[in-house]
Amino acid sequence: MGAQVKLTAKQLSIGYQHSAGETIVASGLDCSLRGGEFVCLLGPNGAGKSTLIRTLAGMQKPLAGELRLSGKAMSDIAPRERARAVSVVLTEAMPSGMMDAYSLVSLGRHPYSGWFGGLTAQDRERIEWSIDAVGAKPLANRQVSELSDGERQKISIARALAQEAKLMLLDEPTAFLDLPRRVELMSILRDLAHRENLALLLSTHDLDLALRFADRLWLMTPGGDLLQGAPEALALNGQFAEVFASENLDWDASSGSFRAHPVACLKVRLEGQGIARVWTQRALERLGFGISEDDGEAAFSLKVHKDAWEVERFGLIQNFEDIESLIEWIRSVDWRI
Amino acid sequence: MFLLSICLGSVNFSLSEVLQTLLGHGDANAVHRQIILDFRLPQVLTALLSGAALGTAGLLMQTVFRNPLADPFVLGVNSGASLGVAIVLLALGPIGLSLTDGLAGSGQMLLILASSGGAAVTLFIVLLLSRRVDIMSVLIIGLMISYTIGALVSILMFFSMAERLQSFINWSFGDYGNVSWSQMRYFAPAILGGIALSSLFMKPLDALLLGDRYAESVGTRTKQVRFFVLLGASLLAGTVTGFCGPIGFLGIAAPHLSRYLFQTNNHKVLIPASILVGAFLSVSADFVARGPGLDVVLPLNAITALIGAPVIIAALVKQGKMKRLF
Repeated sequence: MGAQVKLTAKQLSIGYQHSAGETIVASGLDCSLRGGEFVCLLGPNGAGKSTLIRTLAGMQKPLAGELRLSGKAMSDIAPRERARAVSVVLTEAMPSGMMDAYSLVSLGRHPYSGWFGGLTAQDRERIEWSIDAVGAKPLANRQVSELSDGERQKISIARALAQEAKLMLLDEPTAFLDLPRRVELMSILRDLAHRENLALLLSTHDLDLALRFADRLWLMTPGGDLLQGAPEALALNGQFAEVFASENLDWDASSGSFRAHPVACLKVRLEGQGIARVWTQRALERLGFGISEDDGEAAFSLKVHKDAWEVERFGLIQNFEDIESLIEWIRSVDWRI
Repeated sequence: MFLLSICLGSVNFSLSEVLQTLLGHGDANAVHRQIILDFRLPQVLTALLSGAALGTAGLLMQTVFRNPLADPFVLGVNSGASLGVAIVLLALGPIGLSLTDGLAGSGQMLLILASSGGAAVTLFIVLLLSRRVDIMSVLIIGLMISYTIGALVSILMFFSMAERLQSFINWSFGDYGNVSWSQMRYFAPAILGGIALSSLFMKPLDALLLGDRYAESVGTRTKQVRFFVLLGASLLAGTVTGFCGPIGFLGIAAPHLSRYLFQTNNHKVLIPASILVGAFLSVSADFVARGPGLDVVLPLNAITALIGAPVIIAALVKQGKMKRLF
């Protein structure tokens, strides 16, 4: 195992410098990244996730504070040396028409190659390893412009891996991907962090996946604070809810997910078992009903049988053969009466 | 093409005659010898070097500006040179500075100085500004400076005499025939130097294809690279414009054709390819412009456009779309 990489930030202020002064996005940030750790950075839009990532990558100067990479001040590290230590995957699309995937990945070897960029056997080995590590072997000879979003994202990560940097920062790499692709990517990245002893920071809007995959979470609050901890700890102590809850959204700590506020407060008494009950409950919640155990306050009661739904309302019983017609009926009734 | 172009013109020679003359054991008559060595050869050589230079400069500009329509003249080389020439031909003429009726002898050298000087000054201003703003702004600044200078030239033209105007228009047609052997001593090294300088940056140019931030993330000093690449491109385009007048289209056509032929954006392939394609197109255009078998010389710029534009259109139509280039 190589030397342990460590990125530490003390009292870091991030933001932008312009002629009129400074725009501070967040300040007083203390954080660190260690090898072998998969950290997810979460926060609402505009909290400064991208700015933080660019600052930590040394691509943007911090407005104040100290940023050290393995003990050395980030600003003292020459570009080439920094490129060997830190790799990035950014939100901006790689404009790379007329280039095959292999060539794109090989650009990650620039910090190692000579003046004209010739590749040694060792370079080629690393490039092939990187492509393989993200499961993109069949893509190597395809033109980048012909790849799907998910495939291109894999190649983009392979390019960063080819840089052989122990610190890898990814800005929303899972955006624009469908759910299975997101899960796949997250698990690839986590495994890489653990197996290759990489310090890996990834920003995402995917709270659910972050909770499931990250070793640690960084939560950026709209106020510019950075809360850190194990995902479960942040969920339990309510900080998660604090950062993300809004007028229309509730954090449901028991399921670990967000839920839109119910519009109406009507209740349904629900009986039944199994998977049919689960999805019936979801349908009811989506339509704005709460679930009640008490007969008295329920607007109607609903029994879920194996292949039928039995509704009792004002003493009248109605049967539905499938959930579709049940939902249709619920929507057709004027519940305000 | 090179040899064909030397052979054919308003006077035609046989291939063996040309080869023997070039190799130095000429039993050909003295007039033919002189035409071949002192007129044809330098002209074709100039066409060759100019094409290589413009092709390379065009490729550099397109990569640096990440814009498929960029050509060596976006930085205002063209307009700067034309202002220099316009001042010499149109403005200085009337106040008594006599040019030996336009384009002969020392007047020719003065023209070269004027257009090189004009190009250099404009480029210097644009390059100076380019260090302060982002790259798209440089493109726009270059264009705006071109328009401004174009306006100044129009004003000069408005107040000029007809025969002066004619010499100016002749200059703006472009001509490879103005570089004599003594001028070639400056012309060739400048072009070769510019190409050599540009070739040094093949690797960072590849990185620039990814965009600035990614390029920096693999350790590229983008500002520095861009400055030297623009310097190289300016040297190439400025030299050609200075000696031969504004030669359009080669700078756009050569890189596009190279990309189409080799299906890559890799500069290790594209730089040599653009040099060769540019040289080939240029020599061909010069060959056509001199109208073998005819007694007229057509405007070179018209021919480069006539060759260049269909080439670009054909390549794009076959390619399907432009977006894939960048």
